[in-house]
Amino acid sequence: MSNTSFTGSPTRFRSATEESAAARLVMIVFAFVGLTILVFAPLVAVFVVALADGVVASLKSLATRDARDAIRLTLTIAAISVPLNAIFGVAAAWFITKFDFRGKAFLITLIDLPFSVSLVVAGLCIVLMFGTNSFVGGWLVANGYPIVFALPGIILATMFVTFPFVARELIPVMIEQGRAEEEAALTLGASGWRVFFTVTLPNIRWALLYGVLLCNARAMGEFGAVAVVSGKIRGQTATMPTTIEMLYQEYLSVAAFSLAAVLAMLALVTLLLKTALEIRHADQLATTRRA
Amino acid sequence: MGRPFIHRSSMPGLGLSMGITLTMLSLIVLLPIGALLLKGANYGLAGMWETVNRERVWTALFLSFRLSLFAAVFNLVFGVLLAWVLVRYQFWGRRILDAAVDLPFALPTAVAGISLTALYAPRGFFGQMAAEIGWKIAYTQWGIFIALVFVGLPFVTRTVQPVIEEIEREVEEASATLGASRLYTLRHVIWPMLTPAALTGFALALARAVGEYGSVIFIAGNIPLVTEIAPLLIIIQLEEFNYDAAAAIGIAMLLISFAMLLVINLIQVWSRRRIGYV
Repeated sequence: MSNTSFTGSPTRFRSATEESAAARLVMIVFAFVGLTILVFAPLVAVFVVALADGVVASLKSLATRDARDAIRLTLTIAAISVPLNAIFGVAAAWFITKFDFRGKAFLITLIDLPFSVSLVVAGLCIVLMFGTNSFVGGWLVANGYPIVFALPGIILATMFVTFPFVARELIPVMIEQGRAEEEAALTLGASGWRVFFTVTLPNIRWALLYGVLLCNARAMGEFGAVAVVSGKIRGQTATMPTTIEMLYQEYLSVAAFSLAAVLAMLALVTLLLKTALEIRHADQLATTRRA
Repeated sequence: MGRPFIHRSSMPGLGLSMGITLTMLSLIVLLPIGALLLKGANYGLAGMWETVNRERVWTALFLSFRLSLFAAVFNLVFGVLLAWVLVRYQFWGRRILDAAVDLPFALPTAVAGISLTALYAPRGFFGQMAAEIGWKIAYTQWGIFIALVFVGLPFVTRTVQPVIEEIEREVEEASATLGASRLYTLRHVIWPMLTPAALTGFALALARAVGEYGSVIFIAGNIPLVTEIAPLLIIIQLEEFNYDAAAAIGIAMLLISFAMLLVINLIQVWSRRRIGYV
């Protein structure tokens, strides 16, 4: 820090709480090289392969029937499962933070459960629950409501996988904000819904947006659980990620990577919005950043 | 019991929020997991053991577990270094690096899978370089390792970062004043503070890697007994409509991941007690 030297030698003293400049440089270089190889290279590779035959070929592959069907299905899935999970997240966060009850820690553990279950096992659970061989599934199929190898199954699998995202983001924020503001509003005669919409929601909106963003990114990109549940029927239950797999297995690499590039762009937009939220509204997000 | 189950509260919406929470939790998470366990119970312990106790299944489970462990250890070291660099140093591109850490969360696993394969296949960018020194990466266990490192990358960094941010400089200053070298301070003052968070991140990365499917199957080559991972076995059984066997392997994986989480939790409790804060 200080350049003053009593002996007149040009030694620059290093703060006692810093590493030497050389050590810092080595670690920064390590970080750059590591992330370049592990993260940036795969990201760039997606676009390089997608554009291998030029932009026109890439765009043409996205206009094919398979690709359009897949994009439409993925958007449908996200449009249904993300709002449902957002409603769950808000309800769960309200229940957990506004009331005191026994077994709260256990309930939080149960909500987090999907994070520690393999995606394939998650899909398997849904197949066993609603497949034609099961009690519930057999009855539903007999009455004309197939779940597995159909849209409802994919939505259930997606919701299972993205289940904790919104709740985990909201709970720490709502614990930190406490109940005083809501109690004041209630004392002044506001109804329950009015308290929620005019007091709670403005306080948690950025955290909610953050959770929905992560939930949406995962919902659109989900592969493991959906691969098990969907049956990958072209034009019916093939989502974008499963279509990418099918195209890739058929050696249609430009088509596969073009579709992958669309999802990669979605991931980049998600990260951009997420970073912007973290910079502008850091105080209103959960202090501990997590998965 | 003097304590009521739910304390009286002036807050509105108890019934509604509790109803939505418990209904959706049961319908989407608990009942399907229950269906898996029920299937296993119907199949019987002997039947499940017979399914799991085959060379191909043991090899796949052991392979998944071993490579996940290696990948998590790599991520532990690199993740802590990355967290330290991102919090403590100011340099050009820090913001970009910080955002890039989250990419493995945001990028769909299937996209990561085909892209890693394109890079590390014998004719890919890194694959060619490796081939020159006779090193084959894609379609070997190295490929699986790299895919697992990719998916587990953010966990350690994201759990350790907030802890480093909260370390008070006074602690390091005190250590330096008492004559400790910088390395000694890092080893004996800073590292113990980071251990619980680092182990939590390690556990999350490990749990994620053991069950990972999407990013691995493309680069693995899926050769039975060599590069076949446990989740793939479940898919194979399902494609043959062999639901009992799929359930047996699924339950085995569930038990392994719960056992792992338990062990890591115990380590965490121990390390927290040792350094004396909760």
